[in-house]
Amino acid sequence: MNIKILGSGCANCNRLEALVREVVGELGIPAEIEKVTDYKEIMRYGIMATPGLVIDGSVKSAGRIPDKAAVVQWVISAQAAQ
Amino acid sequence: MKTVQAPVEWQFDKVMLAVKLAAAGFIWAIVYWFLEPVTGAIAYGLLGLDPASHLGSAVGFFLYDVPKILLLLSLIVFLVGILRSFFTPERARVALGGKREGVGNVLAAMLGIVTPFCSCSAVPLFLGFVESGVPLGVTFSFLIAAPMINEVAVVLLFGMFGWSVAALYMATGLAIAILAGWVIGRLRLEHWVADWVYEVRMGEAQFMEDKRDWSNRVEYAVQAVRDIVGKVWPYIVAGIAVGAAIHGYVPEDFMAGIMGKNAWWSVPVAVLVGIPMYSNAAGIVPVVQALVEKGAALGTVLAFMMAVIALSLPETIILKRVLKWQLIAVFLGVVGTGIMLVGYLFNAVL
Repeated sequence: MNIKILGSGCANCNRLEALVREVVGELGIPAEIEKVTDYKEIMRYGIMATPGLVIDGSVKSAGRIPDKAAVVQWVISAQAAQ
Repeated sequence: MKTVQAPVEWQFDKVMLAVKLAAAGFIWAIVYWFLEPVTGAIAYGLLGLDPASHLGSAVGFFLYDVPKILLLLSLIVFLVGILRSFFTPERARVALGGKREGVGNVLAAMLGIVTPFCSCSAVPLFLGFVESGVPLGVTFSFLIAAPMINEVAVVLLFGMFGWSVAALYMATGLAIAILAGWVIGRLRLEHWVADWVYEVRMGEAQFMEDKRDWSNRVEYAVQAVRDIVGKVWPYIVAGIAVGAAIHGYVPEDFMAGIMGKNAWWSVPVAVLVGIPMYSNAAGIVPVVQALVEKGAALGTVLAFMMAVIALSLPETIILKRVLKWQLIAVFLGVVGTGIMLVGYLFNAVL
């Protein structure tokens, strides 16, 4: 599973990364977690507000920090889809 | 996945939500109503301070203003949160794409106020707008209005100076956003946007918006209150403490010489000092109020406040990635001048 966090260095982006790592850790699912800070890359996902969360190429949220339950849900679904 | 709910359940949820909101509103109103008498009783009755003394007047001011401002702030952030839940940057982009200047500037400034915006989103937003054919000047109108006319500033101004000042701040802020954006557009400065910006190809917006119902909106608004008030309250307390000290201890008219109406040079100086500073409105406004009380001209301090909020160093640093320094300089110059004019106008009128 590949998880990307889109955003460059603002507090919210860091918090999202921490949240994602926490969820992945708790669920015990092997996932590659990347932080994308280059704007050209970020824009390829079609979002206009950071932080963005992308799981296996699909954008799950943008412009806010989703609640933990939602992140858990997405990770589990992505795992099931593999 | 939303399952279809039976009509009775659906109605019940909505009614419960309405009841909770009404109850919360009721409690809020009661607390607000009794704030002045209760805090007065604490300061002058319980603590036995003399309202005419320096300490008494400072403490009275502090005890009353802190909860008052926090209450007002919570209410307005909540209401604005509900309003904001209807807007997204994607919608703004669609609404503004291809609009010509003039109309576009007005629409952009208004959308800038109601669209949720955090300064770290400035770049993706800018890129998205450019890609959609939103004219440069129109984009700037959006980017000027968004941070400047924030609900925290407006609430604090309302709480400290009343309706007319808060409304005037909003109106002139809007005017500056529209005009400065329009001027920048007219100057045809597209060549001062970083080259790579025009090469960005934005992916298809595959992100589907959540369907939002009222309980989502309320959740969103409550979360906004938690986030904003949670982040801002130490600044408010500190600012009010400073304001209280000035209120209690600094003699009347002390500031009149330096920042009073007759010191014409005070407006440009205030703006120049304000530009490199960055603070959220929460910290600045209580200080502003105390300064005004001591004779500083309202126009000068409002200009200072606008310069601090609207032209922030962090945002400029972020924008530097997409704009060449010449354009940043023009941006600062045009907006700074607009703010100065507003400062003079306020001094003349208020």
